[in-house]
Order: sequence, then structure tokens, then C-alpha cells
Amino acid sequence: MSTGPSYFRVLLTFLRNSLVRDMTFRADFLINTIAATSWVVMTFGFYLLVFRYTAMLGAGSGWGRYEFFLFLATTLLINSLVRGLFLANAVEFSEQVRTGALDFALLKPIDTQFLVSLGRIEWAAVGPFACGLLLMGYSLCHVEYMPGPVQVILYVFYVLCGVAIYYSLMIAMAATSIWLGRNRTLLDFWFYITNFARYPMEIYSGPYGRPLRHLFTFFIPVLIAVNVPARLLAKPFDLQSPAAWQLPLFAILATVLSLVASRWVFNRSLLSYRSASS
Amino acid sequence: MIARVSTWWMLLRISLAERLVYRGDFALGTLMRFLPIVTQVFLWGAVFSGRAALKPEDPDIAGYTYKTMIAYYLMTMISRAFSSMSGLASGIAGDIRDGTVKKYLIQPIDMLGFLLLGRVAHKLVYYLVAVGPFALVFYLCRGFFPVQAGGIWPGWPDGRTLLAYIASLVMAFLLAYLLEATIGMIGFWFLEVNSLLFVYMLLSFFFSGHMFPIDLLPGIWGDLVRLMPLQYLAYFPAAVFLGKVSGPELIWGLWFQFGWIVFFLVVARVTFHAGVRRYSGYGG
Repeated sequence: MSTGPSYFRVLLTFLRNSLVRDMTFRADFLINTIAATSWVVMTFGFYLLVFRYTAMLGAGSGWGRYEFFLFLATTLLINSLVRGLFLANAVEFSEQVRTGALDFALLKPIDTQFLVSLGRIEWAAVGPFACGLLLMGYSLCHVEYMPGPVQVILYVFYVLCGVAIYYSLMIAMAATSIWLGRNRTLLDFWFYITNFARYPMEIYSGPYGRPLRHLFTFFIPVLIAVNVPARLLAKPFDLQSPAAWQLPLFAILATVLSLVASRWVFNRSLLSYRSASS
Repeated sequence: MIARVSTWWMLLRISLAERLVYRGDFALGTLMRFLPIVTQVFLWGAVFSGRAALKPEDPDIAGYTYKTMIAYYLMTMISRAFSSMSGLASGIAGDIRDGTVKKYLIQPIDMLGFLLLGRVAHKLVYYLVAVGPFALVFYLCRGFFPVQAGGIWPGWPDGRTLLAYIASLVMAFLLAYLLEATIGMIGFWFLEVNSLLFVYMLLSFFFSGHMFPIDLLPGIWGDLVRLMPLQYLAYFPAAVFLGKVSGPELIWGLWFQFGWIVFFLVVARVTFHAGVRRYSGYGG
């Protein structure tokens, strides 16, 4: 008989506790949700402004207004999942390292990475997530192509791959707090790195763009986190064509490697942890 | 007078020492500020290439060529280096919440002055660390800057415009400081100002000209944004340097910027005074 904790039940407890806490401060929760949603609306406004001046993001790139809005919707879904599930925890982890409060997490009879990654869930991310779904529905009504069940299943799968890649990067960055002593700029760094993934990879062209595209595809694979699922809806490829599968297959490999590498970084960093509380 | 200067010098030195404690974190933060400009270069490259395909006879966007658009974003980086006040409002609200603010009430130190010096120290350390990367990036990107008539160097404006630019930067710093300090002091009434601060950051990001030049906004939207003080935090200094604002418009712009500083100085002083009257401290 297994004596280990049921991770699923612990996760459900985290979800419930976080919801109870958010509902305890309902006004604050409401304001946070509105604020997060406002950010999305303003960003959408910016792109509406951009498409007042151009019909295509890159001449002949295929990223017209509604194709790009599908891309934006995918970015919103992935970002809101990552922000809702992991971001507050990663920032909190940095502070736990600095204050020595990580001792309490290390003493719990559960995997430390799981505990520090999911202990606090931000339900306010539901707002941007809903915006992503709405934008997706709106954009799909304006493109000529409607995805079939295979594309939908693949889309969900690759969105989850994107979440895993973003999470890996985030937890690895948070783990650097153990070596740096403090990493208050984690949120900024996260924003700046994932900023590269907010646009279709075609925009990174030319002698300077191509090396960047390769860097953020093969070494820090944030570009494929959004590009692969977004393409399934916005720029559908021929499922029968082996060449078209190269990037999606690589995305699976990148997801696995990212998770393994971040796990390794996390465990290595814990070896350097010195309690600051005693 | 000498005693006061000595006190202020000591406060500045303490703040400098504090800022240098977490050097790794600070250096990392400085380097990261250069990353968004890279995506802007490629995003606007794609937008202008789409524009050229759509309207080959009119490839400019709201009076910006691709190069001046990138130059604008580079200049807003400098504006933001002056007007970004990370942690100021939340720090003040936190001090009010946990009672630390009472030290300003029992010691002969003016809170607004003390925090201003802390911020000056923060900026000095930042510029010290950032001057190298800034110089490198601007040297590499020098080709984006348009040649201006009477400019002291290629890509630079004339001497008078440069002086106006420096004045607008210093005033951007003061305006941003007073704006955020006032928001922080709302904590005397609400204790928690993070949501309010988020709204301010949101508005600031979009309407200060940080995300895009406000010239792109059509009709009434552009007029409305020009009535707000936020444009003086990023757009106005950048526009001055690039010669987008000149002549009487430049002079009026500087006066309006100064007027907003005076306005928020009064608002900040009144808010602090009223807040202290409302504040209650318990315990030791």
C-alpha cells in the first residue's frame, strides 16, 4: 500500500483553499480580475491600432488581422494558465529563499517542487482566460477555415505543452534565487523572455532575426510554446505532410527536455540552499 | 544649511549602500530592460513591411518611418529610465500598513524628501550600471536616428533642443515620483493599493507612449491622451529629442510638464498631511 500523498487530492485542496482565500477578499479578487482583464483589453486595443495601418504582420506572412487574433488568443490562454497556476508561487519561492521560509516546504512529506509550484493559485487569471476563449471564438468566425476535431484535440495538447515549457523556464529562473540571494526581477525577466513569444516566429527574419528565432526555438523554446498551437488554428497545415510535422514533433521533444532540465536545475539549486531563519 | 546638506548627503550615501546590497539582482534587472526593444524592432519591421505592401505610395505610419519608430522606442527607454519608479507606491503603502511610516512622524525627516533621495540614489546606481549597455545599444542602433538640421552630431538634435530634452527628462523623473508617491499615500485610507497601482501602471504603459507613440491614436483618443500628464513620462521627452515637438509647441509642452509637477507636489503634500491626521499607530 502506498503511503505517499495523493498529488491530485493535494492539488484539489490547493485549488479549493486558493478559491476560499480569494472569496474571503471578494472585492480585491474582483478588482484583480478586472485589472487583469483590462490589460488584455488594452493589448487588444493596441493590435487593433496596428491593424489600422497594415493588413498583414509581415508582407505575405499569412498573419492577417484575424489569424493574428487567433495567435493572440492562444497567447492569452497559455499566459493566463501559467500566471494563474505558477507565477505567484514562483515569486513567493524567491522570497521564501531569502527569508528562510523554504524550510517549511522542505520538511513537508511531499515533493518540494510540486509544493512550491502550486501552493497558491490565482483565480483572477480566469478573466484573461475567458478573454482568450472569447477572442478565439470571434476570430474563428472571421477566418475561412474551421478546425476539425483532430485539430481541436491537438490544439489543447499543444497549449498544455506550451504551459509546460513556460513553467519550466519560470521554475528554473525562480530557482536561481538560491544562488543570487534574491531575484525580485523574476516577474520582469519572465515578461521580457516570454515577450519574444508574443509574436509569430515569421517576424524574426533577416540576418539578425534568424539567429534569434533559432535561439528561442531550439535553446530557450518559448517561440514554439505559442506558435505551434496557434498555427493549428490560424495557419492549418496538411496533416498528411511529414514535413509539416517537424515543428509539432520538436515541440513535444522540447517540452520533455524543458521539464527534465528545469527539474534538474531546481534540485541542484536546493543543494545550495542554506536556511536563513536560524 | 551645512548641517542640512550633510544630512542629505548621508541619506544619499545610505541609500546608495542599500541599493548595492543585492548587486546580482540589480545587474540582472538592468540588462533585462534591453530585451523588449529587440521584439519591437522585429514587430515594427513586420508592420512596416505589411504597410509597404498595402500602401506602397504611403509607407509611413502617422509620420513615422520604420527607422524613426525604432528610434522612438529607443528614446522611450531613456525616458522610462528616468520615470520608472518601481516599488515606490507599494513601498509607501506597505510602510503605512505595517506602521513603519511612524518613523517619519517622530524623526525630523520629511518622508517625501527622504524617499526622493532614495530614488535619486537608486537612479544614480542604475545609470552607473546602465551607462555602458545603453551606450553600446545606442551606438549599434545609431543608424535608426534621423539626421536633424543643426544637430550637434548626426542623429542628435541642436543644442537648445538637447537642453529642452534634458529638462524634460528631469521633469519626467519628478513627475513620476510625485505621481507614484501620491498613489502610495492613498494607503492611508485604503491600506492596500496594489490594485490601484496596477490600474495606474496599465494606463501609464499604454498612454505614456511607452507601448506606442501616442501620435498613432486616432481623433478624440489622441486628444484625450494629450490632456493627461502621463505623456510627459515617456512620449514627450522622446518626441522632443526626435524633433517631433519643436518651436512654441515645445516651450508650451515644457511649461505644461512643469505645471503638472507643481500640481502633483501640492497634491502629494496635501495627501500626506491629511493622511497623517488620519493615521493611527498601535504597539511599540
